[in-house]
Amino acid sequence: MTAVEPMTAVEIAAAVKSGRRSARSVVDDHLSAIEAGEAEVHAFNLVAAEQARTRAGQIDAAVAAGIDPGPLAGVPVALKDNLCTRGLATTCSSRILDGWIPPYDATVVERLHDAGAVFVGKTNMDEFAMGSSTENSAFGPTRNPCDPSRVPGGSSGGSAAAVAAGFAPVALGTDTGGSIRQPAALCGVVGVKPTYGLVSRYGLVAFASSLDQIGPFAATVADAAAVLDAISGPDGRDSTSIAAPQPPVSDTLDDGVDGLRIGVLAELSGDGIAPDVASGLRAAVGALESAGARVARASVPAAAYGLSAYYLIAPAEASSNLARYDGVRYGLRVDAQSTPEMNTATRSAGFGEEVKRRIMIGTYALSAGYYDAYYGKAQKVRTLIIDDFASVWEEFDLLVSPTSPTTAFSLGERTADPMAMYMSDVCTVPVNLTGQAAVSVPYGVGEDGLPVGVQILAPALGEPVMFRAAAVLEASL
Amino acid sequence: MSTGILGVPGLGAPADTEWETVVGLEVHAELATETKLFSASPNRFGGEPNTHIDPVSLGLPGSLPVLNQKAVELAVRVGLALDCRIQRSVFARKNYFYPDMPKDFQISQYDEPINTDGWLELPSGKRIGIERAHLEEDTGKTVHIGGGGRIHEAGYSLVDYNRAGVPLIEIVSRPELRSASEARQYVAELRAILVAVGASDGKMEEGSLRVDCNVSVRPRGSDRLGARCEIKNVNSLRSLGRAIEYEARRQIDLLSSGQPVEQQTRHWNEDDGRTHALRSKEQDYDYRYFPEPDLLPLDPSAKWVEQIRRGLPALPRDRRLRLAEAAPSVDAGHIALAVECSLDELALAAMSGGAVPERVLTHVVHNLAGGPGQLAAEALADLVQMEEAGELTATQAKKVLAVLVDEGGTPRQAARELGFEAMDAGELEALVDGLIAENPDEWSRWCGGEAKLAGFFVGRAMKATGGRADGKAVTLLLNARRSCESGSA
Repeated sequence: MTAVEPMTAVEIAAAVKSGRRSARSVVDDHLSAIEAGEAEVHAFNLVAAEQARTRAGQIDAAVAAGIDPGPLAGVPVALKDNLCTRGLATTCSSRILDGWIPPYDATVVERLHDAGAVFVGKTNMDEFAMGSSTENSAFGPTRNPCDPSRVPGGSSGGSAAAVAAGFAPVALGTDTGGSIRQPAALCGVVGVKPTYGLVSRYGLVAFASSLDQIGPFAATVADAAAVLDAISGPDGRDSTSIAAPQPPVSDTLDDGVDGLRIGVLAELSGDGIAPDVASGLRAAVGALESAGARVARASVPAAAYGLSAYYLIAPAEASSNLARYDGVRYGLRVDAQSTPEMNTATRSAGFGEEVKRRIMIGTYALSAGYYDAYYGKAQKVRTLIIDDFASVWEEFDLLVSPTSPTTAFSLGERTADPMAMYMSDVCTVPVNLTGQAAVSVPYGVGEDGLPVGVQILAPALGEPVMFRAAAVLEASL
Repeated sequence: MSTGILGVPGLGAPADTEWETVVGLEVHAELATETKLFSASPNRFGGEPNTHIDPVSLGLPGSLPVLNQKAVELAVRVGLALDCRIQRSVFARKNYFYPDMPKDFQISQYDEPINTDGWLELPSGKRIGIERAHLEEDTGKTVHIGGGGRIHEAGYSLVDYNRAGVPLIEIVSRPELRSASEARQYVAELRAILVAVGASDGKMEEGSLRVDCNVSVRPRGSDRLGARCEIKNVNSLRSLGRAIEYEARRQIDLLSSGQPVEQQTRHWNEDDGRTHALRSKEQDYDYRYFPEPDLLPLDPSAKWVEQIRRGLPALPRDRRLRLAEAAPSVDAGHIALAVECSLDELALAAMSGGAVPERVLTHVVHNLAGGPGQLAAEALADLVQMEEAGELTATQAKKVLAVLVDEGGTPRQAARELGFEAMDAGELEALVDGLIAENPDEWSRWCGGEAKLAGFFVGRAMKATGGRADGKAVTLLLNARRSCESGSA
């Protein structure tokens, strides 16, 4: 479906810097691809065509003047619509932010801009990143470019679809419980959830602050590495940002896995995993062994409780983070007789069903008399999971599991059953609870011909080793 | 109908001997930082509405708080001054909807505050326990337009977020205050401490110091606490005293007539001098506190705390002790007032120059209310010595002092310019002898024991000299003449 000559981000940057391609022509190609495919896919809430062309012109002018525009020179990037962009509407796919235009850029947006990237648009998502299919968008669902009758996964479905459809070689998403990795798996692209604190959250519209992390989507592992290197690093505007600079992951991509100890995560690889997904994982394990890794079964017993803890902690934080959408200062306002009535009318009209459900769950979990039983207990479980992983990291350098229990499901298949939808995240949420790093790498297809993703998990700040294994898997296909 | 001292018909002072008033105070003080608690917007009173703002203090989507270290330092200074334990603390979100709160939650500290378990000593020497003193952010201000400014009748409301995010320290006392007067002393002393350590300007009139009081009453001798009411909108020391007295009386009247006190939040109305129910315990918000995930726990190092401790200035209590030691015969009230007005250094310096402590403190307390201006300690010492030597009368000294405050200089020069040259001894003797000769009747009556007639002679002497005569010197002369006469008789 794509007319774009499939150049990777790394190739584009090299071509633009050397003058072999103009950034303008690269952007025009991608805008053409968007024009051709967007009506079917609906990856974007907003395509910033004019802004992108202007920016590409600046990159070309810089190259002509002998100035290096940066490591992502002229690379088109799609941004999830919960990342603040100065002067460009940021909606979180919600009616409640109607008309709001951020007066500032997110740190990641600034960093990509400084690296020479060109933003082509803001991508569709589940409202406020709450969902696993991008069906919870106020602006309609995104479709999976591999099969338009299927969902792209979520919540960063628009970004995953944009990369899969060739609308942009790379994109940014956000991952609170799997929202980068699961859509990456379902759309057959690479998706990275970095260590909590490696990438600044300043300018990311919060869903669950202690779990949210921004990361890249890309068609290749090397592109994902290049984007991660551009956006990561300390930021004084985010107190949870890790203060010590980390080595770039791109430098060690080709170092292989020889001698690495890799565990197959038992709790996330057995019950409930579709047979074709399980066989994809077995093939990946075989490839890692062939490359010299020592593979064994690994057990993190508390990981089985990850989903339960996640669906209390995330809504609890969300209920507080989303309180500010009250109609007073920005976004939607539905007028009423008094301020409290205006608040209620605005929130009733502005939020979708899933957001309301989670605000209610979270409010309940934090209420007097219920805090200890719900939020408090979930935090204890979170500590248990962290402790269990800590002991596993004494024996293993990396862990692997499926990313999603199934390949892409059909639109509408799980919308009536929130629990079935929540189960989509069972393999991905433990990593958010622990703050560790993980990546989903496409590894073959299932019985339905749709992509299967393999998840590689690393301890906190284990990105360099994790990327080495991802590169080995990619090369083995 | 008679109106009692509380402005309420039929109510007297609540000095009921059968009941004891129990008061605990929550004092909010704005910390004197350059910028807000979690952002770089200026922390400044006033300004055009919504000009001291930024994405963080407006709580815009995607914004994140970053803790102001200066605010932490000031909180530690307060904690040390109140002898608190400085501990690892955790910020928490206090969730409730209110338009002047940009995020619809307030970042505060809940079960792990930075300062706990301290005390404050009242000038009387009584120690009041401090439960905690924690950091939190201030809210914006809502102005109701139309309907006389009352929320329910307002046509619309406007919000000014200049104050949103200003750092506050909330200091919570234990319920150990036993009267309105003690509560006032506590707040005055706390304010003096906050100002002394540079934590706050302590201005109640600008809202940088705000007081909520919890009042309950119980039968004297009981050790159980009664149901309490929290009183809001107390905006001055005077209202604090009035509100507590009113509220205690109200509760005593209820209990005395067999009715229970309902736990409530009440609003002090300055105009009618009463408290009015705002909401009952059941209507209280459930704030759904939980740890603020956007901020790390705060753990000041022992080394840093020690460094702050060493940099602390002398506290009001220590300054009172020092002044009282230097002026042992001076009334404690005068000592306290001198320290409260920050005139203790001046007084001590004047005393070290040899001036009589009582007279120095008299000037400091009575004649320097507007501040010392250009007055140098040495000049104050000289002035007091001139008075002692009889070169200036008390009235003259006061006038000289006013000149020294306005213009500086030495008292001798100022006295000369005011024409306050002391009369020489011979001139005064001649005057007194003249008065005795002119008023033989009064003179003999005074000699016969009519003591009040001394005033007659002093008055005449003052009149004759335009106030230059020293009243004491005139009395001394009169006495001398009388003893001469009786001796020669």
